[in-house]
Amino acid sequence: MRIRTEADRCIGAGRCYLAAPELFDQSDHDGTVVVLSERVAQAQLADARAAVEDCPTRTLSLTEE
Amino acid sequence: MAEAADLTPHSEHPNYPMRRTCPYTLPAGYQELLDRPTLGKVRLPSGRLAWAAARYEDVKAMLGDNRFSSDLRRPGYPLMMDHQVPPPEFSTSLVGMDPPEHTLARRAVAADFTPRSVNRLRPRIQEITDEYVERLLAGPRPVDLVDAFANPVPLLVICELLGVPFADRDFFLRISFTVMNATTPEAGTAAMAELMGYMDGMVTEKERTPTDDLIGRLAARRGEPGVPDHRDLVGMAFMLLMAGHETIANVIGLGAMLLLDRPLLRKSLAADPSRWPAAVDELVRYFTIAEIANSRVALEDVEIGGVRIAAGEGVLGLTVAAGRDPRRFPDPDAFDLDRVDRSLSFGFGAHQCIGQHLARTELEVVLSTLFERIPELRLVEPVESLRFKEEHVNYGLHALPVTW
Repeated sequence: MRIRTEADRCIGAGRCYLAAPELFDQSDHDGTVVVLSERVAQAQLADARAAVEDCPTRTLSLTEE
Repeated sequence: MAEAADLTPHSEHPNYPMRRTCPYTLPAGYQELLDRPTLGKVRLPSGRLAWAAARYEDVKAMLGDNRFSSDLRRPGYPLMMDHQVPPPEFSTSLVGMDPPEHTLARRAVAADFTPRSVNRLRPRIQEITDEYVERLLAGPRPVDLVDAFANPVPLLVICELLGVPFADRDFFLRISFTVMNATTPEAGTAAMAELMGYMDGMVTEKERTPTDDLIGRLAARRGEPGVPDHRDLVGMAFMLLMAGHETIANVIGLGAMLLLDRPLLRKSLAADPSRWPAAVDELVRYFTIAEIANSRVALEDVEIGGVRIAAGEGVLGLTVAAGRDPRRFPDPDAFDLDRVDRSLSFGFGAHQCIGQHLARTELEVVLSTLFERIPELRLVEPVESLRFKEEHVNYGLHALPVTW
C-alpha cells in the first residue's frame, strides 16, 4: 500500500505522528505532515490505517500500489 | 427523515446542556440520544432547537465535514443564549474561523503545539509541578487539591507558553481566578475586561520587543500569511488561556479523584509507569469535560445519521455521549487502560484541540508526579459527597479535599 496526502487540508494536528511515528513527521515550520515513507510495509499497515482514520482533516488515505 | 423527526412534539426534545449527576456514568439524556435510530434534536437555554449528534460515527462525520461552519456570528449557529454573539470588536481567533482561512491561521501557530514542541516544555512543566507538590507537602492537611494544585499548575504552564512575564504572574493568576469564580455577572465582566486589557498590553509590549515565546514569535512574524494581526493575537492569547486552563485543571481534579477511588488502578500505574499515557488518554475519554466547542451551523443541506440537516440549522457534536458509545468503546463505563482507539474528546475536524499534546503531557507529568511524590494521598470524604460542576460548560470538581 501507498500513502497519499491532500496536503492543502492539513492543520498539523499531529495525530498521524502519534499513530505511526515511523511513517510520519511534522514540519518544524508549520506543523504540517511530512511523509517519511510513502510505501507502507506489511508490518506497518495497522499503524498506517490508524493514522488515516485518526487524521481529523482527512488529509491522508491509503491506496494500492 | 428530517420531516419525521420534526413531528416530535417540542416538549419532547430534551433540554441541553444536560446535568451530569454521576462522574462515572453517562447521564440518561445522553443515553437516550445514543439509543435513538436517527439524530435527534435538543432544546437550548435560548429556547431554540438544535440537532444533536451523539453516536461516535455521527459526531466524527459531522465534525469532519466542512459543510458545517464554526462561525458563531453566522445566523443559525447554536449559541446557548442569543445574547452570546460576541461583539464585532472581539476576535474569535481560530475558534470561529472556517477553512481555507482557518487552515492558514492554524498553520501559523501549529508548530508550537506539535508533540516535539510540547516535549521541549516538559522540563518546565515538571518544575512547576514539583514546586506545587512541595507547597502541598509543606502546607496544612487536609487541603483542597483543586485550589492548591489543579488550578495553579496549568495556569502557570499557559503563562510559560504565552510568555507572561514572571513579574506579572501573581496578578495574572489572581485575575484569571476572579474570571473563573466570579459570583455575579458584573464581577465577571469587570474581571474579564481587566484580563483583556492586560493581554492587550502584553501583546503590545511583545510587538515592541519580541520575546522567544508563542506570542512574541507571532508578533515578530506579522504580515506573513495566516499570522494574526494585533486584535487577533490578543484574541488568540485569550482563547489559549480559556481553552488551556480550566479544562486541564478539571481533568487533573477528576483524574486524581478517580485514582484515589480505585486503589488497584493506582497500584498498576505505580508498578508500571509506562502506562501513564494510556491512563491519560482514558481519563480524557472517560470524563470528556467539554463539548461546547463542537457546535456548528450547516452551510448547505447535509445528510447525516439518518436525517437531513438543512442549511442554516445548528448541530451539536456531543462528545460526552460519543465517548461512551458502546459501538466504539465496548463496556464504555469501564475505565480500561487497554483501549486502543482514541476518543473524540479533543474534537475532530479542522478545529480539533490545538493544545491536545500539551494537555496530555501536562496531565501525565502532573498526575504521575503527584502520586509518586505523595503515595499516601487519600480522599477526605467519599466521592458521593463531592461537589461537581454539574451544569457548567466545563465539567469538573468544585473542590477535592485530600490528606495523606
